Amino acid sequence: MHEMAVTQSLLDIVLKEAQQAGAKKVDAVNLVVGELAGLVDDSIQFYFDFMTKDTIVEGAKLNFRRVPALMKCRACAEEFSPAPDEWVCPKCSQWQAEVIAGKEFYIDSIEVDDADKGT
Amino acid sequence: MQIKVLKDIMAANSATAEANQARLDANSILGINIMASPGSGKTTFILGTIDSLGQDTCIGVIEGDLASSVDAEKVAQKNAPVVQINTGGGCHLDANQISAGLDNLPLDSLDVVLIENVGNLVCPSEFKLGEHKRVVILSVPEGDDKPYKYPGMFATADIIVISKIDIMPYFDFDLQKFKNAVAGLNPGVRIFPLSVRTGEGFSDWTDWLKSQIPQRGM
Ligand SMILES: [Zn+2]
Repeated sequence: MHEMAVTQSLLDIVLKEAQQAGAKKVDAVNLVVGELAGLVDDSIQFYFDFMTKDTIVEGAKLNFRRVPALMKCRACAEEFSPAPDEWVCPKCSQWQAEVIAGKEFYIDSIEVDDADKGT
Repeated sequence: MQIKVLKDIMAANSATAEANQARLDANSILGINIMASPGSGKTTFILGTIDSLGQDTCIGVIEGDLASSVDAEKVAQKNAPVVQINTGGGCHLDANQISAGLDNLPLDSLDVVLIENVGNLVCPSEFKLGEHKRVVILSVPEGDDKPYKYPGMFATADIIVISKIDIMPYFDFDLQKFKNAVAGLNPGVRIFPLSVRTGEGFSDWTDWLKSQIPQRGM
């Protein structure tokens, strides 16, 4: 639900990295998004397409790598993939889990056109 | 050409949040981020807190709201310094908005800044503001199953307030079931069941709040 704000931050980082690399065009942005990050791919894409207009990122492809949620039971240390909003341990049925993966939200890399670089 | 970035997209917000906290610390101010659903009684809770702490403790308020300034006006009537931040539909407050809010509060004379976040149990938990403590308010009519539906919010709280306990007899609210759910998500979190209307349990909250205020000049 806060995709607009995070897409702006995302674009700020991409523009800065591209500039530092002397790139004239960004072709793709590779994102890593955890299942529990509460972000909708389509919604990020929507804002991204809108905000990149007239920048060197316009038309870049957004690639999402999804990280599934992984929990660890505090009672029995079992690691499990929870059903949505159900943090119940499948082994001991306790509701005592901590998140060990699935909250990621970062830019892994960007792909830039470096054809003109150094000229 | 591929360029490795490996940057957390929330990092810019987190950096601003740290700067906000440093500013609060420099002025010996306790910052509290208050989060809840719409209609859970955040503003009433803040007004009750201002009344209860009275003259000895100076409280400033940053009111986050989608569009209106109604809540800020109520706070201003208590003669508490208040800043209104309209998010224009945004679902959460962010650290930049708090930075601007702090610019407009008399930091020299404050002991506590209460931040009333936008009413929503999802997005506000993802954005650090520079607060020292996170308070989540759940009102009795919302039901005891909320931690199961919004685990992220309850897992990151420092304090959970159950408000409107005076009407608990009329609702099917199982306090023990609620406590069990919260204990699983967030072991050791403090829970204050209270009613602003009757005053029941309220001093537990305000005593805790007072105990957290840093001493000036330390
Ligand atoms: Zn278990």
